[in-house]
Amino acid sequence: MSTAGAVDERLAPTSLFRRLLGRPELGAVVGAAAVFVFFSFAAPSFLQASSLSTILYSASTIGIMAVPVALLMIGGEFDLSAGVMVTTSALLSSMFSYQMTANVWVGVGVSLLVTLAIGFFNGFMLTRTKLPSFIITLGTFLMLTGLNLGFTKLISGSVSTKTIADMEGFSSARALFASQWNVGSVTLKVTILWWLALVAVATWILLRTRAGNWIFAVGGGADAARATGVPVVKTRIGLYMGVALCAWISGQHILFSFDVVQSGEGVGNEFLYIIAAVIGGCLMTGGYGSAIGSAVGAFIFGMTSNGIVYAQWNPDWFKFFLGAMLLLATLLNAWVRKRAEAK
Amino acid sequence: MTVTDTPALVKLTDVSKFYGNIRALQGVSLEVSAGEITCVLGDNGAGKSTLIKIIAGLHRHDAGSFEIEGEETVLANPRAALDHGIATVYQDLAVVPLMPVWRNFFLGSEPTKGRGPFRRLDVELMRETTRAELLRMGIDLRDVDQPIGTLSGGERQCVAIARAVHFGAKVLVLDEPTAALGVKQSGVVLKYVAAARDAGLGVVLITHNPHHAHLVGDRFVLLKRGTMAGSHTRDSITLDELTRQMAGGSELDELSHELERVAESGPDRPSGTADTASGTTAP
Repeated sequence: MSTAGAVDERLAPTSLFRRLLGRPELGAVVGAAAVFVFFSFAAPSFLQASSLSTILYSASTIGIMAVPVALLMIGGEFDLSAGVMVTTSALLSSMFSYQMTANVWVGVGVSLLVTLAIGFFNGFMLTRTKLPSFIITLGTFLMLTGLNLGFTKLISGSVSTKTIADMEGFSSARALFASQWNVGSVTLKVTILWWLALVAVATWILLRTRAGNWIFAVGGGADAARATGVPVVKTRIGLYMGVALCAWISGQHILFSFDVVQSGEGVGNEFLYIIAAVIGGCLMTGGYGSAIGSAVGAFIFGMTSNGIVYAQWNPDWFKFFLGAMLLLATLLNAWVRKRAEAK
Repeated sequence: MTVTDTPALVKLTDVSKFYGNIRALQGVSLEVSAGEITCVLGDNGAGKSTLIKIIAGLHRHDAGSFEIEGEETVLANPRAALDHGIATVYQDLAVVPLMPVWRNFFLGSEPTKGRGPFRRLDVELMRETTRAELLRMGIDLRDVDQPIGTLSGGERQCVAIARAVHFGAKVLVLDEPTAALGVKQSGVVLKYVAAARDAGLGVVLITHNPHHAHLVGDRFVLLKRGTMAGSHTRDSITLDELTRQMAGGSELDELSHELERVAESGPDRPSGTADTASGTTAP
């Protein structure tokens, strides 16, 4: 009966298959393949290299935020303020730079600190009041939406910021947050690198660090986590600050891509991040999911939003597709998980 | 089996606890030594939970003395109890169902290797240790990577006990480990309780089942409505007497009926490989 180290005879036959089924992102990968095949037939231009770069770019803009939102969801919480926080972060950089200094990097730094503080506020309020994160971040969402519009109108006199393209440090900041290269006929944007790097780092944190273990535990059973000495409060606050950090990256990309920021943007994007995370296999109740899954979810988003354009359909259909995809992915994930856990 | 030349690991003398004007516990004495199982028996509301909370450091006693290894102690919090080597396994077991067994085993005390940003979980060590520690307790797990929620109730209980033993517990406090389990599962758990005892731990076993208690216990403390209704050693009391003392009069017929069933299947303990959750049984 001593089987330690050796291959257990009760495990061998189904091991690989089971392990594959047990991965949270499996449903999303199957879904991504289906969407890819579908649009390959529906839209001939879908398979061109230039289309792929466009798809990757729009996937990366959602994906950068879907990563921390997925981690937060594994930790059992939501952040409805994630969408407008991106805009807040961009506005902060732009307006602080314009009003206070001559160098955009100062504004970028101030924006980082303030955005992290907003993330801390979310996490702190949640752990202090013990109210549902839905309520706390809905409050932050509304407040930020109001502040974005109010401050921008107050300072700039219009709903968008003034251009900062002629300021010192703009070109170096643009290189970091919004550059692009031509590889042959294909244009690749730097956000794709940010996105892949974030997915890699988040996966490392989740699967190979103590913090990752704590994130799963806090989401999967907060009482048990507390009883075994996991710093539950710190983990939750850290997750919200992770969302803030990525909102900052995303916000700087928007700012340095377009020079100006529209203060009303970002509303509703929080749901896209959540959808990408859920399609990627994150459980709404927490304790289960992956960062790679969120990337696949974001990729599905990119394929669908652009595929509809390439197929020359009315883009009004996009939301319908997204909703149907969300339902199908969730059902598929639930089914896969049941199969994986049935022994 | 009793160790007489060293002080008891935990010794409570005339301990009382009041919640406002409610007397939750009055004049209860209990002791447990290394390699010994002390059973605390009582019906619902007898004060078992209060007693366990005092030993676990969740509540402080209001009167009487609480000695750990001969030293008078007041535990400030559960952490202090753990530092004294008192580990409590509650009914909810403090496990996260969706996480693999090995992650649960080390939850909150994960070993790491590497430095700086490359500091990472020592996954191999965690997996191997989990497997080895469970095997040492006689649990032969199919796969330490399976979510702990897929284990049977008895197996989960055993993992929680093995975890407490691994992290240096000297005294194991078990809160009704067999309460939610079937007869066979209870047998499995009791076997591991005995294994912990044989490993040199002192065990405080809280239960309302005299039959389970009598199978493994060295001492028996009976609680009734917050007071001590009796304290016995294994030699001085029979199962029938223990049962009679615990339940009185009209309840007894019903109870003895239940116990006879337990007695039949009690000695017939399943082997460690039995997958009792799905109903399949190993030979």
